[in-house]
Amino acid sequence: MTVHRVWVYGDNVNTDVIFPGKYTYTLKTPEEIAAHALEDLDPAFASGVRPGDVIVAGRNWGSGSSREQAVTTLKYAGVPVIIAASFGGLYFRNCINQGIWPVVCPDLSQWVQTGETIEINRQAEQILAAGRVFAIPSLSPSVQAILEGGGLLPMLQRRFGKVDT
Amino acid sequence: MNGYTFAEKALARAAGLSAARAGDILDVQPDLIFSHDNSAAIRRIFEQTGAPAVVRPERIAITLDHAVPAPTTQHAQNHAEIRRWVQEQHIRHFFEVGRGICHQVISEEALVLPGETILGADSHSTHYGWLGAFGMGIGRTEMAALWAVGELWLRVPESMKITLNGKLQRGVTIKDASLRILGDLGVAGGQYRAVEFAGDTLSTLALDERPVLPNMMAEFGAMSAYLPPDQAVFDYLEPRRTRAYTPLYPDHDAIYAEEYTLDVSNLEPQIALPHQPDNVVPLSEVIGQPVQQAFLGTCTNGRFEDLQAAAEVLRGHRVRCRLVVIPASSQVFLQAVQSGVLAALVEAGAAVGTPGCGPCMGNHMGIPSPDEATVSSANRNFRGRMGTPDAPVYLASPYVVAASAICGHLADPREFLPGHNPL
Repeated sequence: MTVHRVWVYGDNVNTDVIFPGKYTYTLKTPEEIAAHALEDLDPAFASGVRPGDVIVAGRNWGSGSSREQAVTTLKYAGVPVIIAASFGGLYFRNCINQGIWPVVCPDLSQWVQTGETIEINRQAEQILAAGRVFAIPSLSPSVQAILEGGGLLPMLQRRFGKVDT
Repeated sequence: MNGYTFAEKALARAAGLSAARAGDILDVQPDLIFSHDNSAAIRRIFEQTGAPAVVRPERIAITLDHAVPAPTTQHAQNHAEIRRWVQEQHIRHFFEVGRGICHQVISEEALVLPGETILGADSHSTHYGWLGAFGMGIGRTEMAALWAVGELWLRVPESMKITLNGKLQRGVTIKDASLRILGDLGVAGGQYRAVEFAGDTLSTLALDERPVLPNMMAEFGAMSAYLPPDQAVFDYLEPRRTRAYTPLYPDHDAIYAEEYTLDVSNLEPQIALPHQPDNVVPLSEVIGQPVQQAFLGTCTNGRFEDLQAAAEVLRGHRVRCRLVVIPASSQVFLQAVQSGVLAALVEAGAAVGTPGCGPCMGNHMGIPSPDEATVSSANRNFRGRMGTPDAPVYLASPYVVAASAICGHLADPREFLPGHNPL
């Protein structure tokens, strides 16, 4: 069981406001990329986020571009889990391949507010929030392995005995 | 219990399972995986994985199509790196410069068959739905992983059913219907969904027209798109295929997240205005807008019947603006030569290029100047797509492209078709 502070957002948050396109070819280090997280959505986020905080959003989080930085900007900011009513297709895949856990939970964003805390129980596949229990959809063992291994590339590197990147 | 959608059946099969439902995450082993000029970049990610060699090289296709023949030294080096990699790894299906666009070539070579699953490092991999296959685009890291281990996880998408009824009028095409769907439902209308087409329009479509529908669904946010394969598709594949196949069809009581019906019988020609494919209006609203370039080609509309449609409009006319024609493949090129279609296009003033993607994504062979408008038969007109951010790009059918080339402005092709009776 882990406890997380939440940042709550609405529907159709696109990759451009999660990580602006103008930075995609200029910012390279994790610190630089994290510093611009949600810049055009919530200017308070990048300075206020703490490791372990999670995003709770409405429908279609991460619609738009395939840029992987829209996921890594939150990963580098210390966000381990993104919970949304639904995800943009490419964004959902990018989350798993970059080692950040995307949880589809249709109702949670209507029950919590930014700054509140929720409990996540991975074993029981449940979220406890606002005195209610929300189910977490199961992931296949292989996807679980990718997530726990930090993403697709590190997982393959371990599989082929290549530890360094 | 409800029946299964096509996507549920196809992905269960690719994962070696008896059944799967939308939302399930599966490990699928695609029947074919492919990439193009991006293969060198994928190779560099593959090297980082530490994998000793690609697995199942007989199931890998690589086509050089995005910038062919190489326009710069850098492009040439990229191609050379890919050729070395193909040799080194014994990649079975390699298509050289001039063979054509990956989606057209893989279809012509019947490398994927009805009921199979194909993953490509290209967003228009939805294309293969015209053969009744599950086609989906993936990223470069994902393709590197497929080369390394031969399987990839996929979440089975919810499905959406689009029913097309009626017969298209002369001079109106399935491209116009595709644009209308985008205009009605928007570029996120199919987000993370598999689109299944149905309705009596489908069997009236020539084989060359069918890929347009699933191809355009990439602009709809769809993961995949499917047309139920019929005898015409089986006949097309028969002399080309090298293995047996079993087509898959959705159950009549499958579950759909959304359904949408369009009657195409009274549809007028449509056009997407700059800078998004769902910015669609009836062509009649923008007739007369000047264009400096017309582009006929791409995986969407560069097949023989597209060239033939343009030739029908252009015969006996001279173009008033530049017309760039790029056949989708060498087979299309040859058919256009042998049938006289190419002669008609060249006589009308067309500039003809090597089969490939041409200027579609702004690499070469028809980049517009910032003050020039292009009418294109391609699928995507995002700002800067053709290489110049401010240049307006209109998306339309081959007929509209040809008529606009004659006039030097957006024009209704029906006035130029033989047998047209002006009111």
